Amino acid sequence: MDLIRSHVMVCCGTGCSSSNSAAIIEEFEKQLAAKGLDKEVRVVHTGCFGLCQAGPVVIIYPEGAFYAHMKPENVERIVEEHLVKGRVVKEFLYKEAVEEDNRIKSLENVEFYKKQKRIALRNCGVIDPENIEEYIAFDGYKALGKVLTEMKPEEVIDLVTRSGLRGRGGAGFLTGMKWKFAAASVSDKKYVCCNADEGDPGAFMDRSVLEGDPHVVIEAMAIAAYAIGADQGYIYCRAEYPIAVKRLEIAIRQAREYGLLGEDIFGTGFNFDLEVRLGAGAFVCGEETALMTSIEGHRGEPRPRPPFPAVKGLFGKPTILNNVETYANIPQIINNGWEWFAAMGTEKSKGTKVFALGGKVNNIGLVEVPMGTTLREIVYDIGGGCPNGKKFKAAQTGGPSGGCIPASHLDVKIDYDNLTAIGSMMGSGGMIVMDEDNCMVDIARFFLDFTVDESCGKCAPCRIGTRRMLEILERIVEGKGEDGDIEKLENLAKTIKATAMCGLGQSAPNPVLSTLKYFRHEYEAHIYEKRCPAGHCKKLLTYKINATKCRGCTMCARNCPAGCISGKVREPHVIDTTKCLKCGVCMEKCKFDAITRS
Amino acid sequence: MKSLAELALIRKRMMDKVNLRKDDKIDTRIVVGMATCGIAAGARPVMLEFVEELKRRGIDNVTVAQTGCVGMCHLEPIVDVYVKDEPKVTYVHMTPEKVARVVNDHIVNGRPVEEYTIGAQE
Repeated sequence: MDLIRSHVMVCCGTGCSSSNSAAIIEEFEKQLAAKGLDKEVRVVHTGCFGLCQAGPVVIIYPEGAFYAHMKPENVERIVEEHLVKGRVVKEFLYKEAVEEDNRIKSLENVEFYKKQKRIALRNCGVIDPENIEEYIAFDGYKALGKVLTEMKPEEVIDLVTRSGLRGRGGAGFLTGMKWKFAAASVSDKKYVCCNADEGDPGAFMDRSVLEGDPHVVIEAMAIAAYAIGADQGYIYCRAEYPIAVKRLEIAIRQAREYGLLGEDIFGTGFNFDLEVRLGAGAFVCGEETALMTSIEGHRGEPRPRPPFPAVKGLFGKPTILNNVETYANIPQIINNGWEWFAAMGTEKSKGTKVFALGGKVNNIGLVEVPMGTTLREIVYDIGGGCPNGKKFKAAQTGGPSGGCIPASHLDVKIDYDNLTAIGSMMGSGGMIVMDEDNCMVDIARFFLDFTVDESCGKCAPCRIGTRRMLEILERIVEGKGEDGDIEKLENLAKTIKATAMCGLGQSAPNPVLSTLKYFRHEYEAHIYEKRCPAGHCKKLLTYKINATKCRGCTMCARNCPAGCISGKVREPHVIDTTKCLKCGVCMEKCKFDAITRS
Repeated sequence: MKSLAELALIRKRMMDKVNLRKDDKIDTRIVVGMATCGIAAGARPVMLEFVEELKRRGIDNVTVAQTGCVGMCHLEPIVDVYVKDEPKVTYVHMTPEKVARVVNDHIVNGRPVEEYTIGAQE
């Protein structure tokens, strides 16, 4: 007999776990047991709700009350008030969920969720990812059942093709097309792989799907295997995602126990099994050929294409490789039909896209919006704009392979083709917002630094070319830029783009090219005027003391680590700029706002 | 898993357990007064009986919640039934025995049990 009348959903994604949601669960269980409610209230561990900014997050059903920034010491009151007496504790709710007249807003009406459409993230934060039966209750494995018992493989491929689903890993290749090629290859053995080696700085879409809804990936991979005629699959997940790996392994074990993986699935004679392979933290292993080389047990290095994996992939056999988010869309396309999916989005980009919204934005988190949503809607309506009233400068999409979108393009409808047209790319979905304090030259330097670090070294353009570019950028931000540097950068970028072997090398110059396109004046200011317009590059700053404001208190001089401030007591002081380290201590210590930075 | 029927069975069995989270599926709320006065008057068995009766009948669009004291302690156990788009109905002096009729007449057939309501008491 179960008399569960209320569910306490506690986010156990990486974000909330690192702000200690485990302690909150423990406290809830303790308090519920103490009040004798443990038989009627269930505490459920779930995946990410998306609003990581407000974490740790707890949602209590049936009311749907959204508690933000939970602390273990608040649990007792919530149990006492909400679960015993049925009174929602408004002061702990997510601030926007309480209306001005003190009524409680439903979750879908909160700005952050209002414009979102959750398809890939459908079950994240709603089910317990470690319980296969909860996934089944939310129509899980229904699509696999339908495919195996009612559809022919070519019908499945046709349906996925018609839906217009494109690869969510970044390149945006038509998923159905990829499957078709692999299905057409004749071989005794074929493989289905999942790319969960999410490496872009600031991107965590795939992690959240794996943590919140691991079964969806398993189900979709089984469907893909049936469509192309494979019986073995691999999920290549980075080892830096321990929670995702753990939940995947639990999910695979449960699927085997329930006969949803293994032999003779649904009594149809279809066999499929899955294994997880861990990546060792190399960015290049997210590239498809390098990933497969790594699964085979070799050093993760890319190889030239063709032959494409659909013809000759893992262990030399036809293979398909799709991204986690791509797979997360498949079961629902099967259940709801291609027309349903194709009705969302723009002409050439269907469905939705998940973005990991980060950087200088109020609501940091995971958002899923229909294709064609504008950048303005994402940054301002969902993200709540830049903190502290700062001005939006640019958004970086596509990680180290992408580019920066300036404020003038805020109203571009986001889809694969539009982003490429303005010099950025969809990429896997990282979206980093930058405000007026961010120096665009330094941003380009940051991404180049990342690519140089992560270059596998196999081909010269990437190994040597990106390093030369980085050196030039480092010079520029240090104020040692020379006339001709911009041209050198452009020249190198073109050469690398044309000659690097894999997608990572070919796209590595993109951050430089796109910032040059929209923020060339910042490069020029650094090189010719030795000035950083954003006031970010340390070496280019000068500190000055305003003689009329300085009272001669000697505070700055006493705290200067370089000893470069001189002056007599009660007389204006002076900074010796040749010795100044630009540490900013003097400015912090001055009580009279007499020190300025330019 | 050998058949679709087996999968459907798990789905059906689990449905009751997760329905609380499907906002769009809920159209009726049964709210039981569970403050000290309510509990002392026997609200707990009433609430548990509601949950069980709903489960027995396989009703999945109704939730059972609890609330505090409304001030009429002498009428406890008090149960409010909120059917979507209809005015609230308040039942007083509830007992586990009365639950089956409330579920049958009111929740299933849409006819409040007048004789149990607060109106009949006064």
